Amino acid sequence: MSAVIDRRADNDRGRHLLGIGGMDRSDLEEILDLTDTFAEVGRRPIPKVPALRGRTVATVFFEGSTRTRMSFEVAARRLSADTVAFNARTSSLSKGESIRDTVEVIAAYGADLLVVRHAMAGTAHRVAGWTDLSVVNAGDGCHEHPTQALLDCYTLRERRGSLDGMRIAIIGDVRHSRVARSNVLAFTALGAEVVLVAPATLLPPAIEGWPVTVAHELDPILGDLDAVYLLRIQGERITEGLIPSLREYASDFCLTAGRVARMRSDALVLHPGPTNRGVEISAEAATDRRSVILDQVVNGVSVRMAVLFLLLGSGRQLGAVDAGDSVEGDR
Amino acid sequence: MSLVLRGGRIIDSGGERILDVEIGEDGLIAAVGTGLSGDVNLDASGCVISPGFVDLHAHLREPGLEEAETIETGARGGSLGGYTALVAMPNTDPTTDCVAVVEQVRSLGRRSTCEIIPTAAMTLRRDGVDMAPMGELVDAGVGIFTDDGTGLQDPRLMRRIMEYSTGLGRRLGRPVVLAQHCEVAALSAGGYMHEGEWSSRLGIPGQPAEAEELMVMRDIALVRMTGAHLHFQHLSTASSVAMVRGAKAAGLPVTAEATTHHFILTDAACASYDPVFKVHPPLRTDVDVLAIREGLADGTIDAIATDHAPHAPHTKEMPFDQAPAGMLGLETAFSLALGDSGLDLPEVLALLSWRPAAIAGVADRHGVPVVPGAPANLCVVDPDETWTVSGAAMASLSSNTPYEGRSLRGRVRHTIRAGEPVVVDGEARR
Repeated sequence: MSAVIDRRADNDRGRHLLGIGGMDRSDLEEILDLTDTFAEVGRRPIPKVPALRGRTVATVFFEGSTRTRMSFEVAARRLSADTVAFNARTSSLSKGESIRDTVEVIAAYGADLLVVRHAMAGTAHRVAGWTDLSVVNAGDGCHEHPTQALLDCYTLRERRGSLDGMRIAIIGDVRHSRVARSNVLAFTALGAEVVLVAPATLLPPAIEGWPVTVAHELDPILGDLDAVYLLRIQGERITEGLIPSLREYASDFCLTAGRVARMRSDALVLHPGPTNRGVEISAEAATDRRSVILDQVVNGVSVRMAVLFLLLGSGRQLGAVDAGDSVEGDR
Repeated sequence: MSLVLRGGRIIDSGGERILDVEIGEDGLIAAVGTGLSGDVNLDASGCVISPGFVDLHAHLREPGLEEAETIETGARGGSLGGYTALVAMPNTDPTTDCVAVVEQVRSLGRRSTCEIIPTAAMTLRRDGVDMAPMGELVDAGVGIFTDDGTGLQDPRLMRRIMEYSTGLGRRLGRPVVLAQHCEVAALSAGGYMHEGEWSSRLGIPGQPAEAEELMVMRDIALVRMTGAHLHFQHLSTASSVAMVRGAKAAGLPVTAEATTHHFILTDAACASYDPVFKVHPPLRTDVDVLAIREGLADGTIDAIATDHAPHAPHTKEMPFDQAPAGMLGLETAFSLALGDSGLDLPEVLALLSWRPAAIAGVADRHGVPVVPGAPANLCVVDPDETWTVSGAAMASLSSNTPYEGRSLRGRVRHTIRAGEPVVVDGEARR
């Protein structure tokens, strides 16, 4: 059985993927290597294997999401797991039932693994402490979104072979971004150099200890980058007084057709989606040949298959999946 | 029926000596000497007999939030922690902002095992807008006013309240104390822990130290302007301590408290994402912890307070932002102060007993030197006994202690309140 994700566990009861924090290069590479196997499954005429037949994956989303939930559901079904969905707005919970009660009820329905998203940092960690089930963090507030980082690394590796020595700019609202926190950890663990590009107000308050450099202007460094990773900008950052206007933000940081043309021809453009066209990325840039935004979506399913399999599958099954044909033979 | 504490070492504001203490039926100390014997004798050998502790900052939750704590259970926890007097915060429901609620708190307090000292809000409903009837409240015996839980944001209203309070001292018989929870809400809003390296890593929105420091700075200026006595509650940052030190050096009438958690725990504890570590003001950095300890050692900070803040368990089983802020403190304060403040036992006792007693206006009956004729509000502590913290085992109706499972040295063995042994051998008697 893989020890990779065990080491991420907050307790001894369940096996979890709560964050990239604490994972080292070999941990990440083990998941990415396994993802190759499941990417192959995805290319088959019938993209389904029986690896998790009889297991139930519950998506427990306390915060709205369409894409991430769908990606996990597709991943689970390709592994022949059943899926159930719990939807709740945080506001309804605050009227009485504690989140712990909610989780215990979902566990009582017989789920084997909870995919948890919540608007507050740390909630997946708390859930993991309350249940014997495995927990996958599908985004906790401004903290981490580990499967997003894994699919981003997989996408970069697919195009470049390795992240070693790559210079990657993460551009935009790093302060509020779980994607940025997970990716800083994952990209640097895999040997890339990361530069955070944002107005000072959109950076976390204290990042002196982070393994990154910081730039407040995009244009001077654009031609030196191997990849740009654009983050979503939300309109509420203006009412919070963090930036004066989306227009000013776009003028300084939007990846326009003109800017993308100044990037190296082999540079890559990534975005976790959904994109705000004209704010952080223009329509032309999103569809430029450098853009791998749709690859990210496809790879998201494969990475999540690998994660679900690592958490719920046995060591024997892991070996079988590595071999590929054995999984096919089970059908 | 007389009671004698035998074989203990007395430590009070007058110094140290090994003598027995005899307590009469009138609740006063009858005799201090050697070879005393009473109808009931409590062993104090190897222990220290101290004036009982006075907590300047306890949330007893009654009236209104009895699910989390009552005056009876809070006082029982206080007694187990060596306290004989608790200053009750006014963020009750309804708010303690009028004589009727003050009388209710006092009345419930009379049946409890501690003296309960009601405070009242500075503003009606603690809304920061309308001044509470401070004159009526002073006539009802209230000597401390606070909107604790929030700082009073409006500097103009704070100025007026300070000025008004200076005219009430004669009616009270001593200066009225205004106790401020320093937090500029516009800067702290939306923050759930200290803003810094840890909040940046953890993705929990933070509140900067400056949210506290700006109000400390403002209030020092207003004290200079008005001459009111301002008490700074739960100082948590190094700059706050430095500013209060400067204000005291300038001769301004300011006092300050620090909680046990602010000189022991840091924001790193929030990495567990367990809201048991969520508290206002938030746990700060190592630098701040050291500054608080220095402030305690050099007298800048006058008292160790608990900010005992019980919360029902289900309210803490929530995401970090939704869980209420606050942690238990009454039953652990002495042991933590002894073990983690860097101070020696006499200094710890001064910070827990006679110095806060003076600020609370109860120095005639709490924190009094252990001499014949003094009210018998005492505790007997064993500085060497170790014990393990268990929230479930506490007298509090809540269990939100951040020290669960921690082994602490120093334990309260007996507590005597107005001559009554309310805690004997570490057990509450009622």
